[in-house]
Amino acid sequence: MPDEPLINVHNVTCGHGGGEMVLSDASFRLDSGCRIGLTGPNGMGKSTFLHLLVGLVPVHGGELEIFGSHRMSPADFTEVRRRIGLLFQDSDDQLFCPTVLEDVAFGPLNLGKSADDARDIATATLTQLGLDGFEDRIIYKLSGGEKRLVALAGILAMEPDVLLLDEPCAGLDETAEKRITEILQDLPHAMIVVSHNRAFLRAVVHETYRLEDGQFHPHVWDAE
Amino acid sequence: MILEPDANPKHSIVTSVDPRIRIIAAMVFSIVIVLGGKSAILAVLVALVVAAFAQVRIWALVMRLAPLNLLMLVLVITLPFSVPGESMFLLGPLSYSFEGFGQAIVTALKGNTIVIMLTALVATIEPVQLGHALERLYVPQKLSRLFLFTVRYFGVIDSEYNRLSRAMMMRGFRPRLNLHTLRSYAYLSGMLLVHALDRSERILDAMRCRGFDGRFHSFDPNPHSISWNDGCFVIMLGGWTAVLLNIDYGSW
Repeated sequence: MPDEPLINVHNVTCGHGGGEMVLSDASFRLDSGCRIGLTGPNGMGKSTFLHLLVGLVPVHGGELEIFGSHRMSPADFTEVRRRIGLLFQDSDDQLFCPTVLEDVAFGPLNLGKSADDARDIATATLTQLGLDGFEDRIIYKLSGGEKRLVALAGILAMEPDVLLLDEPCAGLDETAEKRITEILQDLPHAMIVVSHNRAFLRAVVHETYRLEDGQFHPHVWDAE
Repeated sequence: MILEPDANPKHSIVTSVDPRIRIIAAMVFSIVIVLGGKSAILAVLVALVVAAFAQVRIWALVMRLAPLNLLMLVLVITLPFSVPGESMFLLGPLSYSFEGFGQAIVTALKGNTIVIMLTALVATIEPVQLGHALERLYVPQKLSRLFLFTVRYFGVIDSEYNRLSRAMMMRGFRPRLNLHTLRSYAYLSGMLLVHALDRSERILDAMRCRGFDGRFHSFDPNPHSISWNDGCFVIMLGGWTAVLLNIDYGSW
């Protein structure tokens, strides 16, 4: 079935810690090859929505269909996490290994690859992102832009079908932002990109939604 | 603030030796020193020579030796009063003995020798490499991982601390000896703890997203094979250690 959506969120309700609902009866759909931008006021749950899709936040009501199956229990999300790559807002949360090569190889190792295969995959992914020679660099000595790229490499090394990117450009300078933009434009993956940066979203995604009051609204940028 | 080793990582004869060998060598050498006595002066010289070859930064070495020798000074002052022997001088009813003085000096020399050798061999290892070396020496994974996590997040927590304390200073906070200062520092440390806890949850979430199921898979980022240089180092230091052992226990 080529038309089956990768992600189909049907009338889903969910909240985060505080009890206030982040999504109420919201629906959303991501098709293969689609790139969707997500914007909206702070605290409206854009990050929570991404975390919901990989099972880090529980669903309170509605149906969550990912890769053609219903996902409810934590066990359902094991496969989802292998096929969806989530880039966290703060790269320091994601890069926990001391060196670059170990961090990029972490995902492939968890997928059951041998140490040699994991090393080859990690090296190839770093090369793909223009990070040749970064293998032995120590992560706490990298710049913010370099950390973001290494975090992205860590996700791409798992060969996911879908990318969820939480503010991939936040806190980066112009050069780093330009580099991320070019890399994302060249990737074939379906993706959901959370950002407040209009120029960046325009360059990377096909359509943009605004998450506000628990619902997704098609977003039209104001005339400049 | 970033954790840095005590010598420039540029390769010297000592710092190019496999970290595992340096850790074991430092341990064996320390045990020999602790057990010895007569060889104390020669041992200090051996340790200093190794430190010189390792190109340890003088200042780093001084900073490590200073607190140790403060403690040793207390020992030199107090120990001789409790050791019987020929009196050097009398302080009221107390006698300061030559024997006690000798023992205190030997102890101080041994302490300095071990710290100099540890500085030269272990403190010159890049912290990340030290963690990997411990892992490869079969130190329990919980401990070596804890060490590597500490190395990784030391700078993150430190910059969080700096951010918070700078924000306090910007609003006119000056530490004084009063309740307000104590309370503010308590809030600061509480906040650091809460932030660190939140971050640890996010790190675990991120690890789960990449398929982590509670087990770390062994992965050696740069497999190290023993080289000629390593062998020479073992022979040299082993030889000198044997000389020290012989002075203490041998027939020379």
